[in-house]
Amino acid sequence: MANGFTRNKASGDGVPKRTLGEGVFRRCDACGVTAKAEEFVTNLEVCPACGHHFRLSAEGWIDLLLDPGTWEEHDAGLHAVDPLGFVDSKPYAARLVASRKKTGVADAFLSGAGALNGKAVQLGAFMFRFMGGSMGSVVGEKIARLFERGAERREPVILLSSSGGARMQEGVLSLMQMAKTVAALGRLREAGAPFISVLLHPTTGGVAASFALLGDVNLAEPNALIGFAGPRVIEQTIRQTLPEGFQRAEYLLEHGMIDRIVPRREMRATIARVLEHLVG
Amino acid sequence: MAHLEFEKPLVELEARIRELKTASQGVEGIDAEIAELEARAERLQRELYEDLGVWEKVQLSRHPDRPYFLDYLEAIFEDFVELHGDRSFADDPAIVAGFATFEGRSVAVIGHQKGRTTKEKLKRNFGMAHPEGYRKACRLMELADRFSRPVLTFIDTPGAYPGLGAEERGQSEAIGHSLLVMARLRVPVIATVIGEGGSGGALALGVANRVLMLQYSTYSVITPEGCASILWRDGTMGPAAAEQLRMLASNAKDLGVVDDVIEEPVGGAHRDRSLAARNLADRLRVHLAELEAMSAEQRVEDRYAKFRAMGRIA
Repeated sequence: MANGFTRNKASGDGVPKRTLGEGVFRRCDACGVTAKAEEFVTNLEVCPACGHHFRLSAEGWIDLLLDPGTWEEHDAGLHAVDPLGFVDSKPYAARLVASRKKTGVADAFLSGAGALNGKAVQLGAFMFRFMGGSMGSVVGEKIARLFERGAERREPVILLSSSGGARMQEGVLSLMQMAKTVAALGRLREAGAPFISVLLHPTTGGVAASFALLGDVNLAEPNALIGFAGPRVIEQTIRQTLPEGFQRAEYLLEHGMIDRIVPRREMRATIARVLEHLVG
Repeated sequence: MAHLEFEKPLVELEARIRELKTASQGVEGIDAEIAELEARAERLQRELYEDLGVWEKVQLSRHPDRPYFLDYLEAIFEDFVELHGDRSFADDPAIVAGFATFEGRSVAVIGHQKGRTTKEKLKRNFGMAHPEGYRKACRLMELADRFSRPVLTFIDTPGAYPGLGAEERGQSEAIGHSLLVMARLRVPVIATVIGEGGSGGALALGVANRVLMLQYSTYSVITPEGCASILWRDGTMGPAAAEQLRMLASNAKDLGVVDDVIEEPVGGAHRDRSLAARNLADRLRVHLAELEAMSAEQRVEDRYAKFRAMGRIA
C-alpha cells in the first residue's frame, strides 16, 4: 500500500493468513458468515456482514491513518535484552529470537511520524502479534521517545494500544515503563500538544493503567476489551460471573471512561476532526 | 504471635527460654543454663537468616506480624491528621493519607494499609485499593504540592483490587493518573516499599525522587502466584515464579529501580519493630534533607531523569 506495507501480509493476529487470492473464502468467527477473503481485506479486517472488528496490524493502521508516502519510522533499531535471565517454558532470550523470526519485527511497538490531512503528527502502534503486545523496556522506551518528540515539535501524538499489559519476563523493569511513559506524556501536555489515545482490542494491565486512558481524547473500537484486570482474574477474585459486555468499549463509554466509540472506517476522519478542533 | 514454618525452631527455642526464665526466678545456678540457651538462640537466628531462600524472603515481606504503614506512622511521625475521601465517590480505607510531622516539619504521608485483625483486613481490603484510594492519594499529593510540603509514601500492597466495582469506576485511569500527578510534583517525594510492592497498585504511589525498600520487602510486576497461574496455569507454583521474577530488594537495587535498601533487624522488621522504625527514620531524614536542598525545578527534572533511565535495551 501507499506507505509501503501490504495489507495482506499485515492482516490478522500475526498468524499468516493463507494467500488471499480470488476464490478463497474466509469465515467470520463472530457471525459465521463466509465471504470472499478479499472483502475482509478491502473492508479493513471488518466483517462485511456483522461489522465485527478483527485485528488490523500496526502497518495496516499506518496505511489507514496517514497521508500516502508520509510515514517515516523512528527508533526501529531498539532490541530487547533479557535482564532477569527469565525462564518459563523456554528462556526469554529464546522467546525473543523466536518472536522476531515469526513476526518479522524487533519488538511489540512501531513508531514514527507522518501527516494526517497534511498535518504533521507523531504516530505509534502496538504490534499485538509480538508477545501479545506486551510492554517491556523497548516498548516503554519507544513510547517515551514518541511523547518526547511530540513535545519537542509540538505535534499531536496518536497512539494505538492493543496489549495484554506489562511484559512479565522483564519483571519490575516492565512495571517501571508505566511510570516512564506517563512521565513523558506529562511533557507532551506541558508542551501543549494533544494526545489522541486509540484503544483497540484488547488494552489491559499495565498499558491500560498507564498512558492508554490518559488521552486528551480517548477513542475505542467497537467491542474492544479494555480494563485493568483480566476478566478471568476478576471472576476468580469475586467468585461470580461477570455481566455481559463487561469491560467492553460500550461499557466504558457508558461509565464515562472513553470519549467515543469509532468504527474503523471512521477513525481517520474522527481523529482529523478532533485535531482540527484542538490544534487546527 | 504468628510465625512462618521456617521460623518455628527459633520461635520454639525462644519460648523455652521465656518459660525457663519465669519458672527459675530465685533459683540459684540456672542463669548459666539460660545464657547458654540464649547464645544458642542467637546462633540459630543468624544461621537461619543468613541464607534464606527467595520464597522465605517473599514470605517475610507478607509476615502477619510485619509492621504496617500505621505502625511506622506511629513510631516515626507526630501530630498525624488523617484526611479522608476522593471527593467523588468514597473513602478507601486500603490507602491511608494525611499530614504529619516528621522531625519538626509537616509532610504528607500516604500509604497502603493491610489490616491486622480479620475485621480490619476486610475493612482495608487486605491493602488492595480501589480507584478511590488512588484518587484520594492524588488529591493529597496535589494539596501537599500547593503548600510546599514533602510527600512521603509507603507501599505495601499485593496489587490494586481486581474487582467489578474497581473496573466500573476506572481502576486503570486512576492508577495512570496517579503516575502522572506524581511525575509532576514540585516538592520532594520519597517512596518506601515496606512490605509487598505489587504491580501497578504499588507503582501508583511509587513515582518518587528517591525509592527506598526495606530489606525484606518485594517489588514486582505481578504477584508470584499470578505469574505462575499465567505461565504454568498453576497458582501453587508461586515459589518457582518468585525465583524468576527477581522481586527482592537486592534485585531491585541491582536493576536500578531503588536507590537504597534499608537494613532490617535480624529475622525481619517484626522481630524488633522499634529498631526497624529507627532504621527507616534515619534514611528518610538523609534523603529528605538532600531533596529539600534542591530547587523545585531540579526535583521535577531529577524525578523525570530517574524514571526515564529505567529499563534495559540493546
